[in-house]
Amino acid sequence: MPIPQTISQKILAKKAGLETVSPGQIVTVSPDVILTHDNSAAISGKFAQLGVDRVWDAERPVIVLDHVVPAANEKTATNHQIIREFVRRQGIRHFYDIGVGICHQVVPQEGHVVPGSLILGSDSHTTTYGALGAFAAGIGRSEAAVIWATGKIWLMVPETIVIEVDGTFQPGVCPKDLILHIIGDVGADGALYRAVEFRGPAIDEMDISGRMTLCNMSVEMGAKAGIVAADEKTRQWLRGRVEEPWKTVAGDPDAAVERTIHYDVAGLEPQVACPHTVDNVTPVGEVAGTIIHQALVGTCTNGRLDDLREAAAVLQGCRVATGVRLLVLPASARIYRQAMAEGILETLAAAGAVILNPGCGPCLGAHQGVLAPGEVCISTANRNFKGRMGCKEASVFLASPATVAASAVAGTIVDPRDRLAP
Amino acid sequence: MKTIRGKTWKYGDDVNTDVIFPGKYTYTISDPQEMAQHALEDLDPDFIRRVKPGDVIVAGKNFGCGSSREQAATCLKYAGVGAIIAASFARIFYRNAINQGLPALSVPEAAAAIAAGQEVTVDLSAGKIISPGGTFSFPPLPEFVMGIMEDGGLIPHVKKSLAGKGGR
Repeated sequence: MPIPQTISQKILAKKAGLETVSPGQIVTVSPDVILTHDNSAAISGKFAQLGVDRVWDAERPVIVLDHVVPAANEKTATNHQIIREFVRRQGIRHFYDIGVGICHQVVPQEGHVVPGSLILGSDSHTTTYGALGAFAAGIGRSEAAVIWATGKIWLMVPETIVIEVDGTFQPGVCPKDLILHIIGDVGADGALYRAVEFRGPAIDEMDISGRMTLCNMSVEMGAKAGIVAADEKTRQWLRGRVEEPWKTVAGDPDAAVERTIHYDVAGLEPQVACPHTVDNVTPVGEVAGTIIHQALVGTCTNGRLDDLREAAAVLQGCRVATGVRLLVLPASARIYRQAMAEGILETLAAAGAVILNPGCGPCLGAHQGVLAPGEVCISTANRNFKGRMGCKEASVFLASPATVAASAVAGTIVDPRDRLAP
Repeated sequence: MKTIRGKTWKYGDDVNTDVIFPGKYTYTISDPQEMAQHALEDLDPDFIRRVKPGDVIVAGKNFGCGSSREQAATCLKYAGVGAIIAASFARIFYRNAINQGLPALSVPEAAAAIAAGQEVTVDLSAGKIISPGGTFSFPPLPEFVMGIMEDGGLIPHVKKSLAGKGGR
């Protein structure tokens, strides 16, 4: 009798050409997609050192320019130039130039994620695509170069931790609050090397965007991958993006997992990750009143249409407080245009938001909203380490779009539920 | 592989890759020697001023968490770090360290016992860490990992193996 397998084991076994695999086993796999972004120039340099002329398969790399877009200086402009030349010479089929969007939005949006597929990317938030039932993990630049050359890399099969979620979110509380709460609970290394599988009624009810937020931030508790089994919501989201038919990969019901942790969102309050670690999480009430200088709505974690809608609902008819800069970065050009069509961008701009182009923006401290010493930013991003937004004497709080928008109006960190209409 | 010998630099838990190598440099600095100039600058500005070749970083759990940037491993290697001993490593950093030929050893007892500024010796083939606080054993690194390390990193290792197969 073959040993029961989790979703992760099934996907890795398939890609390794094996019947079954066990946690701890090292396998050699060929990913369906290898994602790289602005780091593709550096990776092409490593690729050149391998003595290989052509990428093994011009269909499987996906390259998205998003980290410093448009180019901020001559160095980053030259970086992009090198990438475009590499794409042209190699005939890379799936290249997305500046402005299309953040890689972790573009990859699923443009149909590169199929449930049951294996996606590796030279970016830690590659885990985002687990929301669509794929096994998606981050790797390094050298390894991306090796995959370009050979199509293969080694991976260790992870143990699985199940996170079982019950209950219904209160108004003003959302998946971002849930994942912050979980990370605060288990800690920055609580899921080290594990595949984190999200299950339960609250997950079944959750839309794909919310699942992406959960899987995106799984890496912040050390996870190798975050994953939600594909279901009818997945099918609807993928319609028109991915060719049907495709088969759901489901884990065996009796597959061994390392542990199961239960959460109920019924009583969950808005959460905030405080400086300077992602697991330094408290309910928003404990930091209410903290003065802010900048607020950010966007990034691969919360830059989607529903996130912008949440922010707009809070900002409708209000003004951003004096002394606060509210930056909004839709995660993709498609989302930007949908938000424009729906009047969301008008609402945000009327409130005083600075609306920027799709891209990573100031999330990693490169440009478009870097902080000054002593400044405080509240952001929908996924990391708040010291120096993250370009200045080690600044502070970053992480929160949901509603909490960020409400705080932008107040000029201090506030509970977004205080602003809800009765 | 040679034995590593040097002084220790001790840090705590969850040393993330933003403090090891800040994001603002990730697309503007490409030369490894220049990367080394910024190693740990947001955590310990003293490090790059005083680190010597062969020195060993000793840290708590989850060393290298956060961004997947390989520069975090590269900058430490080119700053002269001979090995990193930690209670545990974040997985992408661990891969990057191996791929840069920088030994990353998960030895919780050693990480706890060794203090800053101590002279330690790391013998990779014998699987031993010798310190004033005691001698600690660790299991041998997997063969394929040793192969990558012996060749100085993943790129030289794979280049060698591709050349051996007569190229593509």
